[in-house]
Amino acid sequence: MTREAGVAARREGAASWRPRLAEGTAPVLVVLLLLLVGLAVTGPAYDEPSGYLALLKRAAPLMILAIGQYFVIVSGGFDLSVGALVTAGVVIAARLIDGDESATTGVVLLVLGFGLLVGLVNGLVTTKLLVPSFIVTLGMMLVLDGAVFLWTDGAPRGALSAGFRMFGRGSVDVPLLGEVPWSVLILLAILVAAALFMRGGTGRALVAVGDNEAAVRLSGGQVDRLRLLAFVLSGLLAAVAAILLGGFAGVSAQVGNGLEFRAITAVVLGGVLLGGGRGSVVAAAAGALSLEALFTLLNLLGVSGALESAVQGVIIIAAVAYAALGGGLRQRLRWRPKRNSTQPAPS
Amino acid sequence: MSVVQENVSPVRPRTGRAAPRPRLTPVAIVYLALVALLVVGSVLVGLRGEVLLDQAGILNILTRATALGLVAVGQTMVILTGSLDLSVAYLIGLTSLIAAETMAGRDGMVVPGVLLALAVAAGVGLVNGLVITVLKANAFIATLGVALILRGYLEDNYTGPAGDVPRGFQHLGYDRIGPVPVAALLMLAVAAVAWWYLSRTRPGYHMYAVGGDIEVARLSGVPTRRVVVTAHVLCSVAAGLTGIYLASRLGSGAPYVGTDAGYDLESIAAVVLGGTLLAGGRGGVVGTIGGVLILATLDTIFDDLAVDPFFKDVVRGVVLVTAVALYARRMTARRARGRLA
Repeated sequence: MTREAGVAARREGAASWRPRLAEGTAPVLVVLLLLLVGLAVTGPAYDEPSGYLALLKRAAPLMILAIGQYFVIVSGGFDLSVGALVTAGVVIAARLIDGDESATTGVVLLVLGFGLLVGLVNGLVTTKLLVPSFIVTLGMMLVLDGAVFLWTDGAPRGALSAGFRMFGRGSVDVPLLGEVPWSVLILLAILVAAALFMRGGTGRALVAVGDNEAAVRLSGGQVDRLRLLAFVLSGLLAAVAAILLGGFAGVSAQVGNGLEFRAITAVVLGGVLLGGGRGSVVAAAAGALSLEALFTLLNLLGVSGALESAVQGVIIIAAVAYAALGGGLRQRLRWRPKRNSTQPAPS
Repeated sequence: MSVVQENVSPVRPRTGRAAPRPRLTPVAIVYLALVALLVVGSVLVGLRGEVLLDQAGILNILTRATALGLVAVGQTMVILTGSLDLSVAYLIGLTSLIAAETMAGRDGMVVPGVLLALAVAAGVGLVNGLVITVLKANAFIATLGVALILRGYLEDNYTGPAGDVPRGFQHLGYDRIGPVPVAALLMLAVAAVAWWYLSRTRPGYHMYAVGGDIEVARLSGVPTRRVVVTAHVLCSVAAGLTGIYLASRLGSGAPYVGTDAGYDLESIAAVVLGGTLLAGGRGGVVGTIGGVLILATLDTIFDDLAVDPFFKDVVRGVVLVTAVALYARRMTARRARGRLA
C-alpha cells in the first residue's frame, strides 16, 4: 500500500501539471523502500500484505501527528504541544467515558473539539501576541501536562468504551481488500485530504508563508490566518492521533510522552525544512512510516530497545546532514544559473 | 543558522507612531517581576503564618536556582548564537555518572573525576557544534539527535544510580555560608564569567553578531563556525558542571537526573524568560539568572503554599508565554518605529 503511495507520488512528480515534486521527497521514499525490503527479508510476518497492514496500523497515529506537524513546520513554526495534547485527549476521554458506551460519540467530538481549541489558542498567541511558536507550544505543553493531572489527581482514571477503542484497534471489512484496520482508513483519508489541500491555493500559500512571510504579507496574503490554520490543523490531527492511540495502546499518563519530538523527527526525515518553506506532506507522512518501520526492523534484528534511540539519533542527524550537504552537492553537479533561487531566503 | 526562525515580519501596518520614550529593558522587567513575585509570595505565605524569605526559604530558592542556573547560563550562549541545545538533559545525567564512577568514593579521585566529566562534556559540545557547522544540520535536529544517542547509551548501560561520591566532595553540594549555599555562589561566579565573556571580549561580541545575522557576521570576517562550536562547547561544559554539582548533592551519579527535571526545555524557558531572543543576537546572562530565580521562587512559593505540584506546571507555562508576549510587543514596537522612521 505504501509502495503504491510512493510510486503514485513519483508518477505525479513526473506529470506535467506538477513539474517537480517538492525537494527532498525522493530520499525518504528510497529509505522507506529499503526499510520495507529489509523487513521483507528479516521478518516472516512481512511476506504477506497483512504484515504491512499491521505496520501501517501501528504507524498511523505517528503519521497523522506528522501530517499535523508538517502544516506548522512548513509555515515556519513548531508545535511542541502535540505530545501533551495526545496524553490529554486520552486521559480526558477515559475519565469522561468511564466505560459508558453511550457517551462515546459525544466524547469523540469533545476530544476533537479540544484539539481544535488548543490549536486555536496556540495559533492566536503565536500570531496575535507575536510569541515564537516554540515558546507558545512549550508553554502549552506545560499547561496541558499540569492541567490534565490536576484534574485527574495525578493518575488517569476511568476506562475507554469498546466503541472508542474501535478506531484504534478494530478493523472493517472492505470489499476487495478484506479486513482493513479503521486507523489505516482514517490515515488514508487524512493523507489524501492533506495532499489535496497542499495542492490547492491555501496549501501553497501556507508553504509560501514559511518561505518568505514578508513577501506573502506584501502580496496581500492572510499570513496570520494561514498560520492560525496550521496550528488548528495540528491540534485537530493530534486529537485524532489521541483517539487512535487511546484505542491502540490504552489509557496511560505516558501515552503522549516524547511524541512531539518523534513527530518533528519524522517530518524532518521526510525532507521538510525546519523553518518552513520546503517539503511535501506525503514525504512527511512517509518519514513517520520510515521511522516506525525502522523501529520494527531494529526489533526484528534484535537490537536492544535501549540502543533504539541511539540509532534514531544517528539517523536523523544523517538525514538532515544529507539534505543539507546533498542539496549543495546536487546543486554543484548540475549547475544551472536559475537554481540559485532555491537558496533559503534570508528572513 | 537560527533554529527557530519565526519570520515575524517587522513590517506591520501601523497608523500612529508611538513617541520614543525611554523604555525598560527586558532585564529590568525580569528583576522587577522577581521583586514583585517575592513581595506577593511573601504576603501569600505570610497569610498562612509562615515566612517566605527566612533562612530555609532563601536556601530553598538558591538551591533550586543553582542547577538550573548553571545549565541556563550555557544555554544562553547557544541561544544568543542563534542555536539551541536539546542534549543538555541527558548530558547532565551522563556527566553525573562519569564524575561519580571515576571518584568511586576515593577522595584522591575527585579532581580526575571532575576533569574527566568536563572533558566528556566538552567533547559532546564539540560534536554538537561540528554537526551543526560542518554537516550543516539544523541545531534543533542535531542536538536532538545527540540527545537520543546519549539516551541510548545511558539506557543501554545503566539501570539506576551508579558510582559513589566521597564525603569530602559532598561538601560542594551542602556547605553554605549563612543561608547562601556555596554552590549557588559558584553558579553566580560562572554566570559572572559568562557575562564578562559575552559583553567584554571579542569572542563574546562575535556570538551576538552570529546570532544577529550569521551572513552579515561571516561577511564581516567573524569566524562563524568557530563561534558556533565554541558556544556549544561552553554550553556543554556548563551542563557538565551541573552534572557534577548534582552528583555531589545526590552522593552518586543518576542517569535520568537531568531529564527528570526537564533541564533541556526548562533551561530554554529560563533563558527566554530572561529576555533573550530565541532567534539569537539579543539578550544576556544577567536576564537569564533573573529568569532562573523567578522559576525557583515560583517553585518555592508553591511548595510553601502546598499547592498541587501539577498546578506549578500550568502557572509556569502561562508565565513563560506571558513574559515572551510582553517582550515581543516591545520588540515589534521598537522595530516598527525603526523601520518607519
